[in-house]
Amino acid sequence: MAFTFAAFCYMLALLLTAALIFFAIWHIIAFDELKTDYKNPIDQCNTLNPLVLPEYLIHVFFCVMFFCAAEWLTLGLNMPLLAYHVWRYMTRPVMSGPGLYDPTTIMNADILAYCQKEGWCKLAFYLLSFFYYLYGVYLLFLLCTLSCSGAAVFGAGVQHSWFYTKRAPRTADIH
Amino acid sequence: MSSTGFNSRNGTGQTYANGPSQNPGMGFNIGSQAPYSPMPTKGPVAPGAGLYNSGPYQPGPPAGPYQPGPPAGAYQPGPPAGAFQPGPQAGPYQPAAPVSSYHPPPGQPPLTRPPMGGPPPTLTPPQSSSPAPRMPHAQATPPPPAAMSHNYYPNQPPQQSPSPAWQYGAAAPPAAAPHGAMRAPPSGPVGNHVGPMNPAATLLPPQPSPSSSAGYAPTPLAPVPHSTAPGSGPGPVPLHGYTQPGNASTPPPMAPHPYQPASAPYGALPTGHAMPPMGPPPMGNATPPPPKAEGPSAGNGHQAPYAFNHLENKMAGAPQSGPPGRHLGHYPSLPPGYNNTPASQGAAPPMHPPMQTAPSQYPPQPQLYQQPPGGPGLAQMSSSLASLSLQGNTPEALRVVNLLQERNLLPAGPIPAPTPPLPQDLQKVNCNPEVFRCTLSSIPQTQSLLNKAKLPLGLLLHPFKDLSVTLQLPVVTSSTIVRCRSCRTYINPFVSFLDQRRWKCNLCFRVNDVPEEFMYNPISRSYGEPQKRPEVQNATIEFIAPSEYMLRPPQPAVYLFVLDVSHNAVETGYLNVVCQSLLDNISALPGDTRTKVGFITFDSTIHFYNLQEGLSQPQMLIVSDIEEIFLPTPDSLLVNLNECKELVQDLLKSLPHIFEKTMETQSALGPALQAAFKLLSPTGGRVSVFQTQLPSMGVGALKSREDPNQRASAKDIQHLAPATDFYKKLALDCSGQQVAVDLFLLSAQYCDLASLGCISRYSAGSVYYYPSYHHQHNPAQVERFEKDLKRYLTRKIGFEAVMRIRCTKGLSIHTFHGNFFVRSTDLLSLPNVNPDAGFAVQMSIEENLVDMQVVSFQAALLYTSSKGERRIRVHTLCLPVVNSLTDVFAGADVQAVTGLLASMAVDRSVSASLGDARDAMTNAAIDSLASYRHAALTIQQPGLLAPACLRLFPLYVLALLKQKAFRTGTSTRLDDRVFSMCQLKFQPLVYAMLMIHPTLYRVDDLSDQGALNISERTIPQPRELQLSVEKLCREGAFLMDAGSVMHLWVGRSCNPSFLTQVLGVPDYAALPQNMYQLPELETAESQRTRAFIGWLREQRPFYPSLHIIRDDSPQKGDFMQNMIEDRTESALSYYEFLLHMQQQISK
Repeated sequence: MAFTFAAFCYMLALLLTAALIFFAIWHIIAFDELKTDYKNPIDQCNTLNPLVLPEYLIHVFFCVMFFCAAEWLTLGLNMPLLAYHVWRYMTRPVMSGPGLYDPTTIMNADILAYCQKEGWCKLAFYLLSFFYYLYGVYLLFLLCTLSCSGAAVFGAGVQHSWFYTKRAPRTADIH
Repeated sequence: MSSTGFNSRNGTGQTYANGPSQNPGMGFNIGSQAPYSPMPTKGPVAPGAGLYNSGPYQPGPPAGPYQPGPPAGAYQPGPPAGAFQPGPQAGPYQPAAPVSSYHPPPGQPPLTRPPMGGPPPTLTPPQSSSPAPRMPHAQATPPPPAAMSHNYYPNQPPQQSPSPAWQYGAAAPPAAAPHGAMRAPPSGPVGNHVGPMNPAATLLPPQPSPSSSAGYAPTPLAPVPHSTAPGSGPGPVPLHGYTQPGNASTPPPMAPHPYQPASAPYGALPTGHAMPPMGPPPMGNATPPPPKAEGPSAGNGHQAPYAFNHLENKMAGAPQSGPPGRHLGHYPSLPPGYNNTPASQGAAPPMHPPMQTAPSQYPPQPQLYQQPPGGPGLAQMSSSLASLSLQGNTPEALRVVNLLQERNLLPAGPIPAPTPPLPQDLQKVNCNPEVFRCTLSSIPQTQSLLNKAKLPLGLLLHPFKDLSVTLQLPVVTSSTIVRCRSCRTYINPFVSFLDQRRWKCNLCFRVNDVPEEFMYNPISRSYGEPQKRPEVQNATIEFIAPSEYMLRPPQPAVYLFVLDVSHNAVETGYLNVVCQSLLDNISALPGDTRTKVGFITFDSTIHFYNLQEGLSQPQMLIVSDIEEIFLPTPDSLLVNLNECKELVQDLLKSLPHIFEKTMETQSALGPALQAAFKLLSPTGGRVSVFQTQLPSMGVGALKSREDPNQRASAKDIQHLAPATDFYKKLALDCSGQQVAVDLFLLSAQYCDLASLGCISRYSAGSVYYYPSYHHQHNPAQVERFEKDLKRYLTRKIGFEAVMRIRCTKGLSIHTFHGNFFVRSTDLLSLPNVNPDAGFAVQMSIEENLVDMQVVSFQAALLYTSSKGERRIRVHTLCLPVVNSLTDVFAGADVQAVTGLLASMAVDRSVSASLGDARDAMTNAAIDSLASYRHAALTIQQPGLLAPACLRLFPLYVLALLKQKAFRTGTSTRLDDRVFSMCQLKFQPLVYAMLMIHPTLYRVDDLSDQGALNISERTIPQPRELQLSVEKLCREGAFLMDAGSVMHLWVGRSCNPSFLTQVLGVPDYAALPQNMYQLPELETAESQRTRAFIGWLREQRPFYPSLHIIRDDSPQKGDFMQNMIEDRTESALSYYEFLLHMQQQISK
């Protein structure tokens, strides 16, 4: 089988992370605009707030996928961000709608600086994880190709368990 | 607060600096006085930017006059005043940049001088007698010569620099007569520019200029300066402020040059060069005062270290007279400095007062406060000497004060804002501190220096203050308003003119062209003098804006009243008051022919009133669909006031009766507000909401969150944040449509002000709260409500306003405090602006301010007046940059710091917790004093040391901790607490300070001595007392002024004449429990007391109610809880607090 669930997860995560990178860039630009007076904070919050939950949900979604795929290492790498998102949303200001940003406090220099920093950190995280997922996809595909051909060559009962597939490349390298 | 129009303060210093005069009394000020002279032509001439650079600055005399020698009297007088009189005449024509003007002449010798002799040996006390006398040993500096004078006047406070009251002359009486020609009121636009002919005069409070001399006169009982001016003749003469009655013949010392960027005067502090005994006054780098030590000067008494006992006798002696009062004191034991009994506890260090000796040490009789001859006197004197020698060469602001030993820290009168050490010509035009002040009047050069000082940096603004009362506002009509092309700064007195055609912005340093029409000066009708334009002569100015400043035609004045008419509301009877008040003031509502009014009432339904012209009577339209509110007849609900006045009056007359019998208990405030928003959104305007209970229906319904059992909880207080964001969102919508909502909350029950208040907070409205309002049971509240309402209806108002605060490159705005919506980093959106709103701004230093000697801040408020004019009011403040920590401390403005700290603490208690906020405030005090001790003081001595300018900081912080907003452990209703927080944030500093630290006066022995005379009324000026029960006595009557309320506490065995002559009762027993006003008796005592209370009331825009409290009345608690220096069950006494601070600092 050339296409495992884990590989699918990685591919999906790759695409979604690309989307998240756009979210993060959007976030950074938005706060930069706020800081340089290009935008009214009410408008800016109105555009940013609807994006908060989708971003968090996307992240939760592929975390769940990795959980199902038993990609523990990847999941572990994502856990801090997941926990941060949960905490961030729990401590949001009193708001009736979804979202995090309150136009009345967002212009506070501390909050503005925090949000900007948050944006940069997230961008860095998403970029790193993007390459990590790319690497994951690459490995899994390589493995699949190899293991498929390997199965043909060696005729050995290569078990396509996720666990095995992940370890498989080393075997393949040896050969 | 003091008026600080006295720019000549520095002026006098300047003059001194440039040539010490033989005759400090007269004449040497002529140059700087020019603007005050009644000659209108002089006005524009004097305060030019480069005014004094040619004459006075450079020829700074060498340090010669500082030749060591005997104290004060021995200073060699410098050149006579006349020597620099040419200055002003030469100056005005010099277009030199002001910034460059205060460079010290190179090679100026530092203010060093050979050490003087040691302390007089005869005065040195035995080492063991008390900790204080050790001080002479603690530091190696020999005491300055002034110490000698202490010898001569053992009963006087030791030498000291001018007390603040002395410099500023305390509050400018608002009603003072304007000064003749200088005070031409701004007339309407005429030609290109209209304004007072004399720009300098506009910065002054409208006292006659001669009176300013009185302001400096150290009259002990008259903080406000008018009556007792020695030699207050007309003309510029009296402005030299530093003369005291006792020392007129002493020539003042002088500084080598007025402004030292390198801050030599302060920097010298810790090293203790022997110098003239007193430094310049606070901030007075450029303005050394005359020697202080030489004469008795009772006005300074409060500052005298160790001298309080003398003062007690002389000045505060009267209040002390009752033995019974003494027992009320809460001090567990007295620290050595706090009492006078000698030697008995001398061995104990001041921080560990022996408990067992406490009772006996507390002198039960006032006589014990007399200084016994011998031992203690010596000890005290020598300890004063010790501090003297420490302070030898420091400015007054940096005089080291050991808080544990000095008790009488309060000045006799109001505390003035410090004067920044700016060159005289800049300071003279600087913005009035009542309008614009900074917590640090010397800006630290770098953020790290600021961090080291541990003091918050921020601005406190009162931008829309009624200026006609205290100072004049020049109004300029001009087709082009000159602004910097890159940062849009308005041209101001602190810009520099490179030549006639170019000016350099003082905020972004861009060089701009001077437009052609700016070359013409409408005042002098001359061409080619852009420096003389009123814009360049006034730090506070108003422009009539051309059409580029309008996004739409200026809106009319629109007022909408939203009234709660549920059963609860009708019960309180407020409707009558509102309607009556409106009827009385309907013609006085600010506005023009376009003014519109409308009314909405609500209970569980919303009632609109059709007032359209042509109807025979108002038509009530009821909308019961509160889920989806709509306007029944959108066109006729808001009507033109002039056209439909009769209908409006009909409605107001009938309104209270319509709902007399209502049984509806629900309140649909949310939908009513939505309706109001819909009604006003096309025009913008003001909504006044009167609410008496928790909104219970429709959107925005709230639930009671207060648990009465938790009111006194010492744990963290919950529910300080809003429960819903409905009101906030609505407020933002309102703000977007230029609608402001003012909230009047009249309620006995919990109303969730934390949630409701958001509607005003973010729409730049104001909040008024009348707890337990009832028309019969609470007459004091009713009276307050009536007066507040009258002021509210008739006060000036600005519509569709924005305020932008700009500051010199390198500084940036961190956080705003107040009621507004922050639209961008430096822009506040204010749908309405009212004259009673204050703002605070926290600043941070983003880039180091090296190469800068001054920084400027500019607040520009663009608004539509009620007459439909678009106007811009611009305030510019200029402050020096310093690079040493001592200078930063010397410039600290303790009241502004406290005000800003309170605002920050309010934010903290909402965002984190109340406990956090309390800790933060305590730490602010501890950290700043610790940093002062470790970094600014080289001589370590025991005790809790503070610079004189921060000596009240711990007291204020303690007062904040005991303030309703932040106290714990005392039962406080949540709404009271939240309201108190609101007030701390949106009140101007002056009023907030009264709330934080009320003033206490003894009023049963008012006399005309030192009284003020304002428009033929005599206003006695009693001394401010410390807020301690110790100051009370049964024989007296005491007035506590806590801003919005005044308590008159009558002692049990009060002076019978006071009872009969003032209170109008035969004896104490006949004094009623609830008494809310003084009877108008014809006796002199009554007139005096009423004049005094009336004067206090006039000084603020709201109306403080008066409660007359018997010793046994239930309201006594309200009075006693303001005794912030005393211990309560849950809070430390002042002394304990100091000990706590000391422990933390020495850790």
